[in-house]
Parts: sequence; C-alpha cells; structure tokens
Amino acid sequence: MTTTEKPNIQEHLVSILESVADPEIPVLSVLDLGVIREAVEVEGMVQIKLSPTYSGCPATDMMASDIKAAFAQKGKKARVDLVLAPAWTTDWMSEKGKQKMEAYGIAPPLEPLADKEALLGNQKLVKCPQCGSTNTHLVSQFGATACKALFQCDNCQEPFDYFKCLK
Amino acid sequence: MDSKQRSNYVTSIADNHLILGQRLGELCGHGPNLETDIALTNIALDLFGQTRSYYQYAAQLDDAFASEDAVAFLRKEHEYHNVLLVEQPNTHFGFVIGRQFLFDAYHLLLLEQLQYSADATLAAIAQKAIKEVRYHQRFSSDWLKRLGDGTEKSRKKMQEAIDALWRYTDELFEMTPIDQLAVDAGIGVDLHALRPMYYQKISEVLEEATLVLPETNYFQKGGKQGRHTEHMGYLLADLQYMQRTYPNMDW
Ligand SMILES: [Zn+2]
Repeated sequence: MTTTEKPNIQEHLVSILESVADPEIPVLSVLDLGVIREAVEVEGMVQIKLSPTYSGCPATDMMASDIKAAFAQKGKKARVDLVLAPAWTTDWMSEKGKQKMEAYGIAPPLEPLADKEALLGNQKLVKCPQCGSTNTHLVSQFGATACKALFQCDNCQEPFDYFKCLK
Repeated sequence: MDSKQRSNYVTSIADNHLILGQRLGELCGHGPNLETDIALTNIALDLFGQTRSYYQYAAQLDDAFASEDAVAFLRKEHEYHNVLLVEQPNTHFGFVIGRQFLFDAYHLLLLEQLQYSADATLAAIAQKAIKEVRYHQRFSSDWLKRLGDGTEKSRKKMQEAIDALWRYTDELFEMTPIDQLAVDAGIGVDLHALRPMYYQKISEVLEEATLVLPETNYFQKGGKQGRHTEHMGYLLADLQYMQRTYPNMDW
C-alpha cells in the first residue's frame, strides 16, 4: 500500500484551501493536515478529494462544508468526495503544520517506532510543548479526540495532548 | 453473489460495530474515570465511523435502503445480524473490558484479511479501520492485564466477566450462507480460518493477565440469524428512538 503519493492540487486553488482551518486544531489548514488528496477545477467546478483522518472523526463533515463555503465566497462551486484509500497517515501532515501544532500546545507525532515506545511507556520521547522537556509520561492512550493521547510533563507538571502517529 | 447479497454481507459486518458502539456510547459521561470514559467513547466513535462507511456502501448496493440512516435505524430486531457478544450489557467495568478484548482480537484478524478483499470499497474501509482497531486492541489488552494481574477483587471480577462472555466467542467464527458466498466471490473472509489464531492470541493474553482460560463446550449463537438475547430490544429502543419519534430527522 503506497501512502506517499503527492496530492494533485492545482496552484490557483492553494490559497483558498489554506484559508480553511481544521475545526479541531484551528491553527492548521486542511493542507497542513494533509487531508486534501486532490483539488482540480474542471469546467467551473472544483473537485476535491478529502481523506478523513479517522473514520469517525466528527470534523470531517465540517471540513467538507467549510471547504465548499470557502470556494463559494470566491464565486466557485466545489464538490467534496471522501476517499478512504490510500488511508490518511500522519506522514501527510506538513512540516510547517507540525511546527504550528507544537506552538499551539499539541506535541506532534513521532516516527512509528518512537511512537510505539512512547505509548508503551518504554522510553521517554514525547517532548512537552510547554517547556521542551522529554521527561514526560503517558496518562491515557486516548485524549480529547481519537487522534490524540494524553501526556503529562514531569518537569513542568503540565498535562498536554500528543498527536498519535497513524501509519 | 448479486448486489443485494453483497449489501447483506457488508451490513452483517457493520452491525457488530454499530451495536458495540452503541453499548460503549452508553458509558459516555459514566466511565469509571475521565481517561477511560474518553477512551471508550473514542472507540465508539471509531466504530460508528467505520459503520457509516459500510452502511453508505450497503445502501448504494441495495435500493431497498433509502440511506445509511435507514440501514442503521429503521430495521427490526431480527434484521440485525450482529453477534450476541456485542449486545451484552455493561454489567461492570470488567464486562466492558472483557467484551472489548474478545471482540478486538476478532476484529483485527478480520480486517487483516478484509484489506485484501477483491471488493475495492471493502478493502479501502478495512485498510482505514485496521489502524484504528490496533489502538482499540492495545487499550483492551492493557486493561485486561491490569485488572487480571491487579488486586484480588479486580482479578475475581475480570475472571467473572471472561467466564460469562466466553460462551459468545465461537459465534464470531460461524459461517452463514452469505459469508460463504462472499468467500466464494473473493470479497469475504473465511472465518473458520481465523478461529485457531483467535484462540491462540486470546489464551496468550489471558495467561499474561494471570486469568484462567474457561473450559466449556457450550456456546450460544443465533445473532447472525437475527435471534438475539433479551438485551437487544432495550438497546434498539434507545438507538432508534430519535428516528422513530422524528422520522427522517437529520443533523
Ligand atoms: Zn513541560
């Protein structure tokens, strides 16, 4: 299963998509999140392929309607289709997105092996977004949403969300 | 296999998720503590998301269904083909974890095969779901071990739940005529082949949890034929209430 294909997004649609925020993590655009797999304009109709992060993510429907609204504001009609395969992975998140996420207070996903070690509590690898210490521990495998785990920093004592690796 | 039969196959997979998701959803705001409450409802949400994908596809395949909502909310009890395991009540936390553990091990094995289905839509749903279910299995196995290898009281309650739920495990591997048709068509999973791997996996984790593998040859079945335990009617009354009271309501 290939998960690394570059999405096909037409240049003139990028700025509009950049203006659409993830409803759960508003500092990220839908492009940062990597959920847009295709955006092409064909005969006045913008066709978007959206890959949901998690099957039951309540933000998916909202993203689809926000995308349509953003294009409508620019006088464009848009259609959003959900695509499940290949399945979304945290690899599709942009580097810029991961940085913004950390600045927002959510620890960005680690690489799969490191992620596993951290979630099993074998190694302290997740960096506290408040003070930068990796002296942190897992509180719960599921955080405020399915995509996040709850951690606590043993240096500054602050609890924080860690965006789990999905691959 | 015609498209109506294919729709039946897809629905029978999804019914397990819908009913288990509903059971877990009952715990929203009632979990033993905040972390487990959130985890269980997140698992419910994953299951509902997967259910939606399956039902949307089932509704496309069979025009007898007006929509995914009609599939989910407007069938009668005997038209749901979920296994008996998933409809069992949240008797206590040991039952919640036991039921989840016994289902997750099956679910993961099923998806590992279904992701190679000749049906591209089913394969895509499975590829997506498998990543989520790995987290579910980790959660339920961890708790099983924590409770089993915990205090005397937690061990006793965990064993009680496993003993009570064990009789529903064999049904997971029962092949219905629709299952067989799906296997013959290359789109379905041969459940008989999963059985030995399942009991192997389960017994390993039970041992780690210092729990005793139940020894019984009595297994209860019937869910796949629509013959449910007495708990199912109450569950559906809750699940279907809004659609029955306000037909065609939408969010
Ligand atoms: Zn800190």
